[in-house]
Amino acid sequence: MDYLQTKGRIFDIQRYSIHDGKGIRTICFLKGCVLRCKWCCNPESQEYGIQEMTMGGKTRVVGRDVTVAQVMETVEKDRPYYARSGGGLTLSGGESLCQPEFARDLLRGAKAAGINTAMESMGCARWEVIEQVLPWLDHYLMDIKHMDRGKHERFTGKPNDLMLENAEKIAACGMTRLSIRVPVIPTFNDTPEEIRAIARFADTLPGVEDIYLLPYHRLGQDKYQGLGRTYPLPELLPPEPEHMERLKKAVESCTELRCQIGG
Amino acid sequence: MAKYYTQEIARTERIPRLVAHLYARMPEIESARARLLTESYKATEDKPIVMRRALAFAHILDNIPIIIREGELVVGSSTMAPRGCQTYPEFSYKWLEAEFETVATRSADPFYISDRTKAQLREANAYWEGRTTSELATSLMAEEARKAIDHNIFTPGNYFYNGVGHVTVQYEKVLAVGYEGIVAQVQEELKKCDPGDEDYCSRTQFLKAVILSCQAVIRYASRYADLAEQEAAACSDPVRRQEFAQIAANCRRVPARGASSFYEACQSFWFVQQLLQLESSGHSISPGRFDQYMYPYYKKDLQEGRLTREQAQELLDCLWVKLNDLNKCRDAASAEGFAGYSLFQNLIVGGQDRDGCDVTNDLSFMCITASKHVFLPQPSLSIRVWNKTPHELLIKAADLTRTGIGLPAYYNDEVIIPSLLSRGLTLEDAREYNIIGCVEPQKAGKTEGWHDAAFFNMCRPLELVFSNGWDKGEKIGLETGRVEDMGTFEEFYDAYKKQMEYNISLLVNADNAIDAAHAARCPLPFLSCMVDDCIRRGKTVQEGGAVYNFTGPQGFGIANMADSLYAIKKLVFEEKKVTLAQYRRALAMNYGQGFDAVSAGEIVTQILRQMAEKGVSVEESQVAGMIQAVMSAQLPEQEKKEYEELLALIEEVPKFGNDIEEVDLFARDVAYTYTRPLLRYRNPRGGQFQAGLYPVSANVPLGAQTGATPDGRLAHTPVADGVSPSAGKDVNGPTAAANSVARLDHGIASNGTLFNQKFHPTALEGQQGLENFVALIRSYFDQKGSHMQFNVVDRKTLLEAQAHPEKYAHLVVRVAGYSALFTTLSKSLQDDIIRRTEQGMG
Repeated sequence: MDYLQTKGRIFDIQRYSIHDGKGIRTICFLKGCVLRCKWCCNPESQEYGIQEMTMGGKTRVVGRDVTVAQVMETVEKDRPYYARSGGGLTLSGGESLCQPEFARDLLRGAKAAGINTAMESMGCARWEVIEQVLPWLDHYLMDIKHMDRGKHERFTGKPNDLMLENAEKIAACGMTRLSIRVPVIPTFNDTPEEIRAIARFADTLPGVEDIYLLPYHRLGQDKYQGLGRTYPLPELLPPEPEHMERLKKAVESCTELRCQIGG
Repeated sequence: MAKYYTQEIARTERIPRLVAHLYARMPEIESARARLLTESYKATEDKPIVMRRALAFAHILDNIPIIIREGELVVGSSTMAPRGCQTYPEFSYKWLEAEFETVATRSADPFYISDRTKAQLREANAYWEGRTTSELATSLMAEEARKAIDHNIFTPGNYFYNGVGHVTVQYEKVLAVGYEGIVAQVQEELKKCDPGDEDYCSRTQFLKAVILSCQAVIRYASRYADLAEQEAAACSDPVRRQEFAQIAANCRRVPARGASSFYEACQSFWFVQQLLQLESSGHSISPGRFDQYMYPYYKKDLQEGRLTREQAQELLDCLWVKLNDLNKCRDAASAEGFAGYSLFQNLIVGGQDRDGCDVTNDLSFMCITASKHVFLPQPSLSIRVWNKTPHELLIKAADLTRTGIGLPAYYNDEVIIPSLLSRGLTLEDAREYNIIGCVEPQKAGKTEGWHDAAFFNMCRPLELVFSNGWDKGEKIGLETGRVEDMGTFEEFYDAYKKQMEYNISLLVNADNAIDAAHAARCPLPFLSCMVDDCIRRGKTVQEGGAVYNFTGPQGFGIANMADSLYAIKKLVFEEKKVTLAQYRRALAMNYGQGFDAVSAGEIVTQILRQMAEKGVSVEESQVAGMIQAVMSAQLPEQEKKEYEELLALIEEVPKFGNDIEEVDLFARDVAYTYTRPLLRYRNPRGGQFQAGLYPVSANVPLGAQTGATPDGRLAHTPVADGVSPSAGKDVNGPTAAANSVARLDHGIASNGTLFNQKFHPTALEGQQGLENFVALIRSYFDQKGSHMQFNVVDRKTLLEAQAHPEKYAHLVVRVAGYSALFTTLSKSLQDDIIRRTEQGMG
């Protein structure tokens, strides 16, 4: 049971999440990320270091070190809801794979307790790392943001080769259910062509049945100020619902995938 | 083939027309009933009371004006004006006369009243001086109980001023045999009476009163048959003429005889529902398991091809509209406590039969559809949930919830059935329970439950602990000692329990006095013929004729008391950061947050009393100035700072509603200070007292009579709602709040508990939203919660939440792909969501 003592750094645990994977879920947000997406709605997730953030006049510390057992204590509280809804634990971030042992042991802790697991991740890690978590993971919710290597790098700080390669490997290994999620960001990837390109790629992945289009939102805007940073995209507006519908049709026109707007 | 017909049946164009007609004008007070009642009473002073009641009921039914409203298929209106109300001076009338000039302009539930009606009511009311149930109840009550009421410890207002209602009768019996059948049964009973029997007089008088009442109801239906025939003759539209002819035929047959079709069953049901109200003025006369007793008529007609589903749905919709035609004018204070012209006619679908099998049927679904079609507050639609409830029924219910109508309420068989067993019901009866009014379970046709006996404010006894039994310069409670001398938390808690127990005994006294007054002055023979075992026992429900008898007064403020007592335990006794004396002063000074006029008035009253004791008199003209001075008095900065520090300390103490086991189990214990002592008491009908834990909307007006509490709640602000956490104190989301609430003992509160959760419609979006919502209810019920209802919020609430985030910390909204707590969002995002709500979500 050593894995229950594995330590890691989180910045939040959110209960009653109903839009990230099946059912009613508890999301554990791990701190630290490999990317620096300009639209990121959780800027406090990016740095691994513990930070201070001021919101609504109150300064709070973002980031705390906890053991798997401590996280599981909260996760266990909503067990009746998981049982009724098919929900469970979801890891999010940041990029969970930045803390590979902790991520693995959190998933393992949940599975050992009979709780369903999911992970939101960009898959931006060495394959050996990903391979370690797969035995404990029921559902991989993988972000693919763009098919163009250069544009990906300009907007997120990293090219996309590793992630696309990992997506293929995850799909091929057949150890977990894989779904593709696309944050739809105006000026970055919101043309039908760009979305279609991602959809076509997703369609080639064996076993992938779902693609989610997640409309950009400004939920994180105030946090930048709270961290003493400037929001890089102050003028950006969320896509109109009609536009999202158009993109959904674009996906459906070129693939067999089930396409859903929002989580 | 699917087991149930779950398709949404379309609404006919008739329904919006009926609704528009009903709501075209402000409801109006009429005088016909009061005049006829008084006329009859004057002529029957030599008769026994039960006979006088029956004769008066008959006189009213034979003479009250009747009307068929535009487009109606089911007829029977107690007033000429839509949504009008009659008055019931035999229970009370003075409050209405006092409010004649303001009743049309008050904020909660206004009623129009003409000068002519005012004059007629004054004339009729003059007879009732000294003859009402409320006057008799007052004279029966102990002095201490009256004082406790004056000091707002509890309020038995509902039954003190009004009829009792709060019953579900044997509708199925009327549908099956009609009132002719009941009369025949009563005549058989009469034959068994021997003039030598010790109860011959009371028994025969009661039985004869039943016969008179039933015959009057049959004549009343005939008046409607005549009217429909006249309307048919005068009607030029052939379709409507045919409808009138059908209405006439229905009213000729029912409720005199058993219903031979679903349509007749609907009409028969309606006369029962309407006339119960006209006899007694009580609210919460609840149709109960309507989908069960109506189903045989529906099924037969459908099978024999005499009825389509669409026709059945239209008839249901018509009944749903009619349930909103009944109305009642309450006094201004009660109107605030029951805001929304609500009559709480609770109609429940689903659940199990006496043998424990699920009995969901097509009508269960159609009832939900009717609420969606009509979209009005009545009936108070409820749904029974147990392990074998079909999933599709819950999905259908959730689909209604997300419209924002606040219906249905969900009830847990797995808690309620054992709870009723513990109160002496048989297993078969418990399985057949339905809900009365808000949340009160009972067995229909066998129970006089007195379910809304009083509201007891659990915060007030804590104030009495701090004041050593004094309130507004008067000693009203026990002397439990000075708080300065209390060395342990146990000592303090014990003082609270003593104040609770003492005031509970006064509550019982007040309720029993009112109970006795109803038995003496307003026995109800018509209602009693549809409740077992009145006919066999030969007495009304008011005299103990029902099989099961209860009195159910509600406690509220659990969350405030749990948080208050826990804060005292932690801050005073464990961490020793503040003394009880400091706490007392902080409460008296409203934590330095200033005094409103009410507090200032109370303070000045105390000063005046002290001055009077010393022989100093004050000119009346100076009082207003003194109140003004108190309100504008500035505290020294140092003192103000101390209170702010105390508030900050209180803020840090864990609160009920956040899934913290220690705090929640503490709250469970605090709830026992109300629920357990009550069980020791009995009522004059031979039944037991049982607690409910819910305030309807009384937590707002009664909170306005409550000083600051040790949980940081400021003076005169609302007290927590039902068993829900204090507004804004549950910050871990809906599952955490539900887990906390489920840690209370719901089974012991057998008169019902109420748990309200607030959601934005977007949280229930899509099929997945419905599935997760149903899972949330199921999971709360797995943990033995008893009741759950949902307030899917509208734009107004969101604006309010924006202005007062502290009250709405728990409001869940969905933003793009995320659910979030509304108050944590930025102003601009909040505005986005408000705009989205405006765009007709739900």
